This record gives sequence, structure tokens and C-alpha cells, in this order.
Amino acid sequence: MSTTIDSLFGVHEQALIYRSKRAEILASNMANADTPGYKARDFDFKTVLSKLNTPSAHMEQTHHQHIAFDQTPAAVSLAYRIPSSASLDGNTVDAKVEQAQYAENAMDYQTSLRFVNGKISSYLSALRGE
Amino acid sequence: MSLYNIFDIAGSGMSAQTTRLNLVASNMANADTVSSSTGETYRARQPVFAAVLQNEVSNHRQSAAKTVRVSGVVESQAPLRQEFAPQHPMANDEGYIFKPNVNIVEEMANMMSASQSYKNNVEMLNTAKQLLQQTIKIGQ
Repeated sequence: MSTTIDSLFGVHEQALIYRSKRAEILASNMANADTPGYKARDFDFKTVLSKLNTPSAHMEQTHHQHIAFDQTPAAVSLAYRIPSSASLDGNTVDAKVEQAQYAENAMDYQTSLRFVNGKISSYLSALRGE
Repeated sequence: MSLYNIFDIAGSGMSAQTTRLNLVASNMANADTVSSSTGETYRARQPVFAAVLQNEVSNHRQSAAKTVRVSGVVESQAPLRQEFAPQHPMANDEGYIFKPNVNIVEEMANMMSASQSYKNNVEMLNTAKQLLQQTIKIGQ
């Protein structure tokens, strides 16, 4: 089996990072549900993750003292949510929508976590030879 | 870790909503406070919320997440309730008393909205806490 420890968890390692980022964005939407002029923001998880699979640039390490190039993209491109109904104070947060998105995101986070856990336990049992 | 920031964000939301609830309580309690001049009369108070951009100090880059803060408290400019009550001990020379411009129905709706928002923030914080706990237990 040719598996390095870096690729052990596959896409789930990155998925967890972006799921937690998205949870943060959705949380700030919810906290600002009553802030005048606040625009709800979000990012499309699917496009962010598909960008990860196509690496844009690669830095070669020709010397052992070179610092490894950070492969994680700096920032995700955030978009503004299109409100279903206009409000007088310019706020575009719909608390129910945010709540549903937040719950969905939390579920997906747990799913990725479950996959990572499964990977760990299967590797552990392989190592132990049980 | 982004999930930790949710504690700050939800916490700021809860504190802002608490301020709002406090002001609602203050308005309700003073709804019938009578005075003898317009200057002394209590006026309904409302908080003004504003978003605060979070600085992610660890990575030296700005995160899009925003906490909320109360940027100020404004007094309602609605006209005060003026009543002619010459028998009232607080009545002025012309026999008028002044009552606050607090709208009880409006305050009730405001209170319900504030408590709902507070609950939303608590739920969000709980979910984030559970996710973190599960993450800590990874591989066990």
C-alpha cells in the first residue's frame, strides 16, 4: 500500500478546514441578523473544493533549507446572499435560512469527521494486526 | 481554527441582544413614568447594532467573519404623550403632565425578536462546541 501520511485522510482534511470556515461565516451572519445594512455572505463549498483538486502553482524545493510552499489557497471568494425579501434597514440576513445552512454545514462537518475517524481506526487495526 | 471564532461571534451576538433586552426592560418599566416637563420625561431607548470586522491575528489576514457590537443608544424622537390632569401632583402650571413615548406593543415585539435572536446564538454556540468536542476526540 503506497500511502503517505499526508494523503491519509484524502479530501476530508481540507473539507474539515473549509467546513469550519463556512461555519464561521454563517455564524457571523446569524450574529448580525439585526444589524442595519449588514449583507449576508457565504461561499460555495463545491467550487472551493474543486479548486483544491486542480493545483494552480507548485514550488519546487531545490535546497533542503527551502521553506515548503503553502498549498492551501489564501482565501475563499465570498459571495453575497440574494435575499428572498427586502428589508427596510438594508439587512439581508434571513435567520431561518442561515440556521438551516448552519445545521447542514455542521452535519457535513461531522460526516467528514466520521470518515477521518474511520480511516484512523482502520489503520490502527491494520497496524495492530488484529 | 475557525470554529473557535464562533465563540467570539456568538458571544458578541448574545451580548448585543442582552443590551437590547435591557433597553426593552428599561422602556417597559418606565412606560408610565410621569413628569412635569418635556425635558425630564423618559424617552424610549433603542440600541444601534454595528458589524465589526474580525482580524485574524494568527494568519495576518482579514477574515470575513464579523462580530456585532452596540455602537450606540438612541432616544426615540416620537412626540411625548401630553395629558391634561390638573389634580395630578406632578402637573405643571398649566395642569399638564408628560408621559414617555414608549409604545408597549412595539416593545413587546422587540423583546420577542431579541430573545429569539439570543436563542439562535446560543444554539449556534452549542453546535460549534459539539463539533469541537468531536474534533478533539478524533482517533479515539
